[in-house]
Amino acid sequence: MLAKRIIPCLDIKNGRTVKGVNFVNLIDAGDPVVLAKQYAEKGADELVFLDISATLEGRKTTLEMVLKVAEQVNIPFTVGGGISSIEDVDLLLKSGADKVSINSSAIKRPELINELSDKFGSQCVVVAIDAKQIDGQWKVHLAGGSIPTKLDLFEWAKEVENRGAGEILFTSMDHDGTKDGFANGALSKLSTTLNIPIIASGGAGTIQHFVDTFQIGKSDAALAASVFHFGEIEIKDLKNALKENNIEVRI
Amino acid sequence: MNIVIIDYGAGNTKSVQFACNRLGFDPILTNSAELIKAADKVIFPGVGHASNAMKILQESGLDVLIPTLKQPLLGICLGMQLLCHTTEEGTTNGLGVFDVDVKRFSDAVKVPQMGWNTISNLKTNLFTGLKNDAYMYLVHSYYAELCEDTIAQTNYGVTYSSALKKDNFYGVQFHPEKSSWEGETVLSNFLNF
Repeated sequence: MLAKRIIPCLDIKNGRTVKGVNFVNLIDAGDPVVLAKQYAEKGADELVFLDISATLEGRKTTLEMVLKVAEQVNIPFTVGGGISSIEDVDLLLKSGADKVSINSSAIKRPELINELSDKFGSQCVVVAIDAKQIDGQWKVHLAGGSIPTKLDLFEWAKEVENRGAGEILFTSMDHDGTKDGFANGALSKLSTTLNIPIIASGGAGTIQHFVDTFQIGKSDAALAASVFHFGEIEIKDLKNALKENNIEVRI
Repeated sequence: MNIVIIDYGAGNTKSVQFACNRLGFDPILTNSAELIKAADKVIFPGVGHASNAMKILQESGLDVLIPTLKQPLLGICLGMQLLCHTTEEGTTNGLGVFDVDVKRFSDAVKVPQMGWNTISNLKTNLFTGLKNDAYMYLVHSYYAELCEDTIAQTNYGVTYSSALKKDNFYGVQFHPEKSSWEGETVLSNFLNF
């Protein structure tokens, strides 16, 4: 049976990990390659690198990092952040990234999704959607969730699927950072109305939250950052608990 | 040992090359017929659209060369599917090494299948060192049916061939280069034949 996936997310700036990562026995907690290798050994199923570099120079450094991760890490990884053209994607895939994740650029120019899936295949096109509820309606937001758009989450997600995305990474801005659980109502609706995999993001705080997002939210994968980076949840413990709840995981 | 990865512009060849490097091998990436013919082992990767990939193979004459190769060859993902008879993706004729058709997953499951699934009923020394039901990383919308050449099977709505073998030709639907140590075991078995 296809296993549910556990995906740590690393924020990268100028080729280095940002936000404190607090692994025991790590000489350099800022080196994304070392961290990625550790996560692969700990049982992570995939990794997501989110590039938050603001400069061209910084983005070049990230490309070098992608190459090093591809050299040394034996699980798949996605790179997102600031990708807006076929050329950007071509460079990342040629450097060894398995998938790319696009967000604001797809909202600004939805045809980009078609172009990327036609050229590189839908299997490597992840569309990230940030949304929060405004007057009871899930509205898509731009620029890391700071700018609201008129787009309805579920309509946009359907369009994204129709245009050829291979997967959706949905972050609830209402839940992100709260450690209060994933947005399982919205996730369940996405997962049952669409026919591509849905990655849940935003709100992970406890092992039970992961159980819930797979059982109630019907998510195909769950992404989290701080609970893994600070060792609050060990992936091994998490997977054992999921298995005890009859959720298929790779152990 | 002289290992060649066929580089025809349809695949994540870099990741396959890196995985070989991690195992202590130094493959060359090429689409040269001479170099491919002279290799001890050939790896035939591929991602993307089947009909696009077949078109590139036809333009370079590799569609004629590949089925005539005598050394061990490993097709990966789309590479494996292209070695089959026909594929529903763009209703394309494959290279016909494996006498089996490639079909699209039904909408009863999410398409593409993306993630880790188990391989079972393992046959041949390609899988030496692995236990039955080992997890492998798969990303695909089309699958090869079960057939005489099946040496591993996987279930996703339907039970299908996740690996095939005929004579010197091997094909795996999963990505050994991205499937942790289990995937590297498969790649290592092939490279050490």
